[in-house]
Formats: sequence, C-alpha cells, structure tokens
Amino acid sequence: MASVNQLIGVSLGYVVFLFAVAFFAERAAVRGRRGWLGSPMVYTLSLSIYCTAWTFYGAVGYAARSGMEFVTIYLGPSLVMIGWWWILRKLVRIGRAQRATSVADLISARYGKSNLLAVVVTVMAVIGVTPYIALQLQSVTLSLSVFSGPVGENSFNQPGAAFWIAVGLALFTVLFGTRNLNANERHDGVVIAIAVEAVVKLVALMAVGIFVVWGIAGGIGPMMERIDASPIGEWNIDRSRWIALTALSAAAFLCLPRMFQVMVVENQDERHLQIASWAFPLYLLLMSLFVVPIAVIGLDLMPAGANPDLFVLTVPLAEGRVGLATLSFLGGFSSATSMVIVATLALATMVSNHVVMPLWLSMREEGATVSGDVRDVVILARRASILVIIGLGYLYYRFSGGGAALAAIGLISFVGVAQFLPSMLGGIFWRGATRSGALTGLIVGFAVWVYCSLLPSFGPGSIYSLSMFENGPWGIASLRPEALFGIAGLDPTVHAVVWSLTLNTFAFLVVSLLSFPGPLERLQGAQFVNVFDHSTQTRGWDAAFATSEDLMIMSQRILGSEEAQNLFRAEARRQGVRGHLPEPTQAFLQQLERELAASVGSATAHAMISQLVGGASVSVQDLMAVADESAQILEYSNRLEAKSAELSRTALKLREANEKLTALSVQKDAFLSQISHELRTPMTSIRSFTEILRDTEGLGHVEKNKYATIIHGETIRLTRLLDDLLDLSVLENGQVNLNVETGRLSDVLEQAVVTAQAAATGPVAIKRRHLDEAILLTTDLDRLSQVFINLITNAQKYCDASAPELTIDVRNVNGAVSVVFADNGTPIAVQSRAVIFEKFARIDDSEGSGAGLGLAICREIMTRLGGDIRYEPAATGNAFVVDLPAPEALAAQ
Amino acid sequence: MTTPQQPPVFLERRSYRQRRLMDALRLLPIFGVLLWMFPLFWPATQDETAQAAPIPMSAAVIYVFVVWFVLIASSFALRHILRPTFEQQAADLGEADASEAR
Amino acid sequence: MDKHVLLIEDEMNIIEAIRFLLSREGWQVDTHSDGLTAVDAIRQMRPNLVILDYMLPGKNGLDILTELREDGDFLELPVLMLTARGQSRDREMAEKAGVSRFMTKPFSNTEVVTAVRDLVQLAR
Repeated sequence: MASVNQLIGVSLGYVVFLFAVAFFAERAAVRGRRGWLGSPMVYTLSLSIYCTAWTFYGAVGYAARSGMEFVTIYLGPSLVMIGWWWILRKLVRIGRAQRATSVADLISARYGKSNLLAVVVTVMAVIGVTPYIALQLQSVTLSLSVFSGPVGENSFNQPGAAFWIAVGLALFTVLFGTRNLNANERHDGVVIAIAVEAVVKLVALMAVGIFVVWGIAGGIGPMMERIDASPIGEWNIDRSRWIALTALSAAAFLCLPRMFQVMVVENQDERHLQIASWAFPLYLLLMSLFVVPIAVIGLDLMPAGANPDLFVLTVPLAEGRVGLATLSFLGGFSSATSMVIVATLALATMVSNHVVMPLWLSMREEGATVSGDVRDVVILARRASILVIIGLGYLYYRFSGGGAALAAIGLISFVGVAQFLPSMLGGIFWRGATRSGALTGLIVGFAVWVYCSLLPSFGPGSIYSLSMFENGPWGIASLRPEALFGIAGLDPTVHAVVWSLTLNTFAFLVVSLLSFPGPLERLQGAQFVNVFDHSTQTRGWDAAFATSEDLMIMSQRILGSEEAQNLFRAEARRQGVRGHLPEPTQAFLQQLERELAASVGSATAHAMISQLVGGASVSVQDLMAVADESAQILEYSNRLEAKSAELSRTALKLREANEKLTALSVQKDAFLSQISHELRTPMTSIRSFTEILRDTEGLGHVEKNKYATIIHGETIRLTRLLDDLLDLSVLENGQVNLNVETGRLSDVLEQAVVTAQAAATGPVAIKRRHLDEAILLTTDLDRLSQVFINLITNAQKYCDASAPELTIDVRNVNGAVSVVFADNGTPIAVQSRAVIFEKFARIDDSEGSGAGLGLAICREIMTRLGGDIRYEPAATGNAFVVDLPAPEALAAQ
Repeated sequence: MTTPQQPPVFLERRSYRQRRLMDALRLLPIFGVLLWMFPLFWPATQDETAQAAPIPMSAAVIYVFVVWFVLIASSFALRHILRPTFEQQAADLGEADASEAR
Repeated sequence: MDKHVLLIEDEMNIIEAIRFLLSREGWQVDTHSDGLTAVDAIRQMRPNLVILDYMLPGKNGLDILTELREDGDFLELPVLMLTARGQSRDREMAEKAGVSRFMTKPFSNTEVVTAVRDLVQLAR
C-alpha cells in the first residue's frame, strides 16, 4: 500500500509539472508563438473543468446509489454544446463584443451597466460557489485518507492537508491568474494547465474503467451480465429528477462563473466553439462511459458500507493495483484543482471588478482622473479576492465538518447559479428585459434557493428545526421549505429547481413588462439582442466634455502607458489628426470604454468615463435611436450617425485648415516685413556707401576699394534673394523643366555635402553610411542635390548643439528609398512644425539670414520629382526625411 | 454573401442543401432532448402498476450511449459539411472587425 | 560737449557706413549688436545719443525703447530709430513708446547726419 507521504510526493511532483507547463505556455504566448496553445482542442479540454472532483468520484457513487441518474449531469451540457448554434454562439459573440469579464459583468452590461446588479450577481455567485470549492478540498483530503489505511491508526491530519492544498491552489491562481490585468488578454498558463489536467483525469478514469471491464469482469459481455445482475441492474429512475437534473445541468453549464470564464472569456476564436460542439460531448461521453461498470464492480467487490464515492480509488487498491490507484488519485486531484483555480479566478474577477474597485473609486473623492496607478490597485484587489475566496472555501470546509452535508452541495450549488439563467437568456434574446426585472428575478430566485435548498441542506435540527420542515415557519404549512404552497411529495432538488426558477422567471418577466428601461439599458439591450445584425456600436457618450489629455491620463493608469499610447496614436492616425492625441469622438470614447471594461469590468469603466465626460452619457441621437424601434429607422439613424461622424471629421479638417490659414496669414504679414527687411538692408548699405563714394572727397584707394566690395557683396545678396523667390514661383507654377538623368545616390550626396561645406558658416560634423547609399536613381539629380544642399545648410545654420552633428541615413523599405537628415539641435517647437514647409515660414527669433524660402523650395522640388519631404521629431533633435520618388513615378516623369 | 451574377441552377441547389443542413444543425439538440427523454416512458422498478418487466440496466446504458454517440457523430458531420459556410461568416466578421475603429 | 553715440545694429555693413559718417562729424561711435543686452549697454556707457535698429536678435528695438523710457534716467536721452520693415504701424508704435526720430532704411547719408545734429541740439 502506498504511503500517504509517497502520494504527497507524487502530487507535489505533478504540481511542479503543472507549474512548468503553465510557465512555458505563458512564455510562449508572450513571445507571440501561441501555435497549438490557441488550438480548438485546448479550448475543448479547458471546458472540462465542468467535470470536477464531484463528478470524478461522485459519479460512481451516484451510480451505485441511483443507477443511470448520474448521467443527467452530463446530458444537459452535451445538449447545450450540440445546440451551440442557439445560445452559446450568441453568448460568446456578445461576451467578446462587450469585453465581458464575468457573468456578473455580462448581466450588468446588458442592463445598463448597473453596478448594483453586478454586485448582486457577484454575491450570489460567491455564496453559490464557495461551498463547491469546499467540496473539492474535501474530496482531495478524503482521497488522500483512503491511502492512509483504516481510520484511527494513522496520524493523517485531514484539515491540515486541506489547508496546504488551499495554500497551493491560491499560490497557483495568484501566479498565473493575475499576471496580466486585462482579463481579455487571457490566461494562457492557466488554460494550458487545466487542459493538461483534463487529459489526466480522462486517462485516469478510463484506465480504471478498462481495468474493471477487461481486468476484473473479463470483457464487455460478462460485464453486461454483471450489470444486470447487480443491485442497480434494473431501470429505476425518478422521472421528475431525470428531467429536472438534465435541465439543471444545462442551465448550470451556461451560468457557472468558471464555465463562463473558460467558454467566453478565454475563448480565442469563435470557430473553436464549433469544434467543441462535438468534441466536448465526446469528452463527457468518455468520462461517463465506465461509471456504471466501476459502480457495479465496486458494489460487488467492496464490503457493504464502503463509501461508493471512493470506488474509483478503493477498487484498484483492493485489487492491489497501487499504480492505477495513484493515477486515479491524480485524476481526482486534477479535477479538484482545475475547478478551484478557474472558479476562484472567475469569482475574484467579479469581486474585484464589481465590489472592490467601485468602493475604492468612490472612497477617493477626486475620482478617476487624479488617482494613482489603478493597475496596481486592480491587481492587488484581484489577488486579495483570490485569497479571500479560497480562504472562504477552506473555512466552509472546516466548519461544515466535511461530512455528508457537503456531498449534496454539488447539486445545490448548481441550483444557485442557475438563477442567473432567466436574466442572462432574457437579456440576450428579449429586448424588453429590464434592469428592475432582472434584479427582482435574481433576488426572488436567490431567496427561494436559500430558503428551499441551501438552508435545508444542513439537515433538520441544524438551521431549520424539525418542526420547520414538517409544519412550516410559524406553523404556516404552505411555506414548508420542501413543500412550498402545499405541493408535497416532490423530490427536494426537483422542488427547489422548479420553484426557484419558476418564480425567478415569473418575477423577471412580470417586472420587466411593468417597468420602463433607461436609455442606456435600451441601447445595450438592442446591442445584445441584435449582436449579429449590426456590428457597429451605438454611441453612448456626448463627447464634447472630455479632453483627450484627461482620457489619456486615466487610460494610462489602467491599461499601462505603452498600451494606452498605442491606442491613442492609432486612433489619432485613423482620424487623420496630427500629434498623438485624437479628438474625443463618440466612437473613440466607446472603444476606450470597452478597452477599459476588459480590465475593470463594464460598470466601473462606464463610471470612470462618465466622471470625465461629465455624466452626459446618452446623446440626442441615441435617444432617437431608442425611440424608434423599427429596423428601418435604426438603419437610417445609423446612416445619419455615419454621416455625422463624417461631418465632424470634415469639420475637424476644416478647423485644421483654418488654423493653418490663420497661422499663414500671420506668417504672411511677418514675411512681408521680413522680405522688406531682407531687401532694404542690403539696399541701405548700397545707398549709404554709394553716397559716401560720391560725396566724400579725398577717399583713399583702400577705402574706395573696400566700400565697392561691400556694395558688390550686397548686390549679390539681393540677387540671391530674388533668385530664390523666382525659383519658388517657377516651381509653384509648374513651369519647370526637369532634366532627368541616371546617377548614384552616393554621388549626389557627395556633391551636396562638398558644396554645402564649402559655404559653411558653422562646423557641423556630417556622418554618413556610404554602403547604404549605393542606389541608382533616375531623376533630376541637380534639383535633388539642391534639396540636399539646402537641408545640410539649414543644419549648419540652425543646429545649436555644442557639438553639432548631422547624420545622413538611407532607409530602404521594400524599394521605397528615403534619405534622413537628422541633427542633434533643439527640436523645432510643436506649433512651428506645421508651417515650416510653407513658403512664408520662418521660425521665430531665429537669427538666420534666410528669408524662410529654403524648405518651401525643397518641398516644391520634391513634389515636382514625385517624392516628398517631411519633418520628424527625432529622439534628440530634428530629422528631415526626403522620400525619393518611387520608380513608377519616375517612369511617368 | 450572395452576389448578383450567380450561375443559376447548380448553386441554387447547393445553397438549398446548405440551408437544410443548417436546419438539421439547429434541430439536433431538439432530437437529443426527445431521444433522451424517451426513457421516461420505460417501465421502471418502482412502478406499482407496471405492465411489463423493467428494462435491464445494460440495455439502458447502451441506449443512452448510442444516442449520445449518434448526436456527437451528427454534430461532427454537420459541422464538417457546413464548414465553408462558417468560414465565410467568420471571414465576413473579420472584415467587419477590421473596418471598425481599431 | 560730449559727442558720444551708441549704435545698436546687427548688420556689419550698416555699422561701417554710420561709423564712417558720424566719425567725420566728430562723434565717438560705440556699437552694440545684441538686443537682449542693449539696455544694459546704454546704462553702462551713458551715451548722448542712441541709434537703434528695429530688428535685432534677441529683443526688438521697440521693446528696448520701452524699457529705456521706463527707466527715469533715460527719459530725455535722444533715440533715433532705424527700421527696414515697411509698416506704418511700426512708426506709430515707436512714437507712442517715445522715440525721438524715426527713419526708414534705406536712408540718405545727409538725412542721418542732419537728424543727429538736430537731436543733439534739441537735447541741449
């Protein structure tokens, strides 16, 4: 017989293996090599957390007690998966579209992003699922104790073992469940670990099954005979339970927080669902195939009174198959741990997003805008929630005594979470469903569940007295907890299912019909129900009040600065706005809200944005869209919306153009002064010195010569200015003849550098990489050279670094060649960058001698040549990028 | 998805097939419910007014698992046949996503 | 009688021309070509006359003049302003700021010499 210590050693080794698997999966995912990590098989296997230790051990026990009834627990989910087209498809699509992080988030988002609703769902989920976590801890410790031999003669400490298991699970969940904040970023490590565990538990159960059928019974035929001869050899079902449990398991499959986590949140591709639609039922089939044989053999071989829940372990042990029993133990261990990890992760997400974060935000009076880094808070909240939930599970295990009361908790927990079903299905299929309806339904269903299922489960005399069961509270017989309204004789589970779900649905429907939804609810309702019809989002924010800076600050704190900046930059590029900050349009706010929702849940994200936008969350257009139900009007308003977006984009462009014009007009005045200055200054010298030469008698030869030289120089200066002006004017009018020839870029650059350095006013170190310059060009090489000279001269004139440096770099991206002139001077002020290429532009206060025509000429030349020149702020200094004409453009010249 | 210049008969027939197969896919869970609820009519041990002997457990096990297997096989086959349609839908969705503000 | 003029101008050739013209009239000509430190230079040198260019690096002539007039010591100092900008508003602004004489470039040599004589006589 294996000692407990050996077993613990095996378990630890297994856990280390899981850690390693999760670690390497995360690493691979980070490097972008998802590969088989994102395969539909992994998705299918991850769904197997439906099969917990309760189903691993319990199914056999269940079969030994009640025959085939155990199978209903698998039939419901199989039907849901096979009918994926009806519900799951929509659920997954909505979950992905809304970036839902949990069931609570989904329900809250549907009903107007109500945090109250999210809190109610969260509380219900915690109450419903915590006992289930306790059940897992119990099953692992119980299975360990099987190996420790008869009770009494060992020092095996069950609560101690449970404690260490809880600690290990908490550690794993914290490590791999809260690595990245955004729940939609998915937990690759966790998913891969539970997929591995899914394989282990399937292999374990099937190994025991095969051993039982072929090793003990001697084949399929004899096995069938033994089944028929066993105490459960005849068809013997409670018909109401058969129906109710199938329906219940189907409902729970949809509503369980951990199922939502793997099915919707961790879903990477909607097509995986299609494969899981047959693969997961197959998994369930295999999981239940050998349950009856194991139960029958167990009943045969084991002494009367042996716990049938542990047949999976005790039968191989009794046959002396320690290895098989150990494998089986690992299967049960896998079932328990994977369930606890995912359930805890799902609950912790809910608790942190819907309870901790809103509390934290409301406690900070200054609100979302000025708070510190929210990411740390969210991750901390999530980790704390994980510890609290596993802690609760452990406490529940300790105080319930780990007895029979726990064994029943599986079904009771199912009934509890099934209460989400009416609100969830109603929300995604019926636009008339309202927040009040959902809230009432949930509370009614929950109350009935607590009253009829949870509290009675502790047995007579613990919470309810015996007379409470027999006569009802205060002797009111129609309120007896297991026979509401006088309908006695029903099985307690069926009774609880029927009454809680009926009253829940009824309250949900009636209150929904009677109440009127708010605008946001109706918008969300339309989006949920029509998720397949319009993929475009209805807008929810009146964008006028938010500033991009505020939004940016807030987003950085939640998404992290890099991701936030990428998001904003992409939007700015899409809007065609210069700079890094986009206009806070409605569409952008909507997108931003969804991105934030993926981190902190929709209700919190909505609250944070509304703080910035000033609460004006629904615009007139939205109200119009709500008021007109018909699809045509909706379509029309969508088109209006598109048009208004287009208009606002046009307005934006016009505004930019206007700003540019105003700036230009100011620049033009300045230019006229400048040009006047440029013309009059040389003229002043010329006039003054000609007068001196004319009027002064007795000037020496040296002086005469000197003054004539000055006059000569000033006339040349005037001529150059006029040349520039004429050159520009000719280029602008397109009257220029290009002299196209073929030459090497290196030669053109060389010539430009030599020319510029010959006339240099300041020493600038020029760095080049000659290797990159070996490119053949066919264009007007003289004009191109003129551009290069201009840029080099500019750097010589304006680069104010202590050791001025100009780097000339050639970029070649798929044949598109650019030459980059990067200096290390002070970057040009942001407001000046927009106009430096305009012909009247001249950077203020710069003491250059040019009239601000050089860059304008360069731009004109490059346009004529079919290329471009643009400014790029460099890390240190300024960079001018000359995009050389593409070969096609050259051919057209 | 339907382009105006479809060649007539052949595709008509094909798309008709496709639609009926989609119907089959949608009906599959309903068949499943019917077949799995069928055992409710079987005589069971606890029935006092039983006319017939209860069904043996082995038969029940075989029935439930055969139904299960048939459903899985049908689901697999239907998805396999309809796969091009689904891929098309996914591709359309992908385009819609790409054209959205991203 | 002190004949000390401070010429604030950044164009070397113009400095050369004015220096030539005024030296012959018996003036001691000092020059300064940076706008930012121009006022300090005036305080330090205490010339009898300032010739001030409008467009200067760092600080324009109008601002220098305004600052100068705000200092009580230089209320009476004759300032001749030269500008190459062709805008009539410049003249108005300069007069408001307390310029003694305003001239547009290019000037005739006689004009400058006469203006300097007038200004010195007025100041006396």
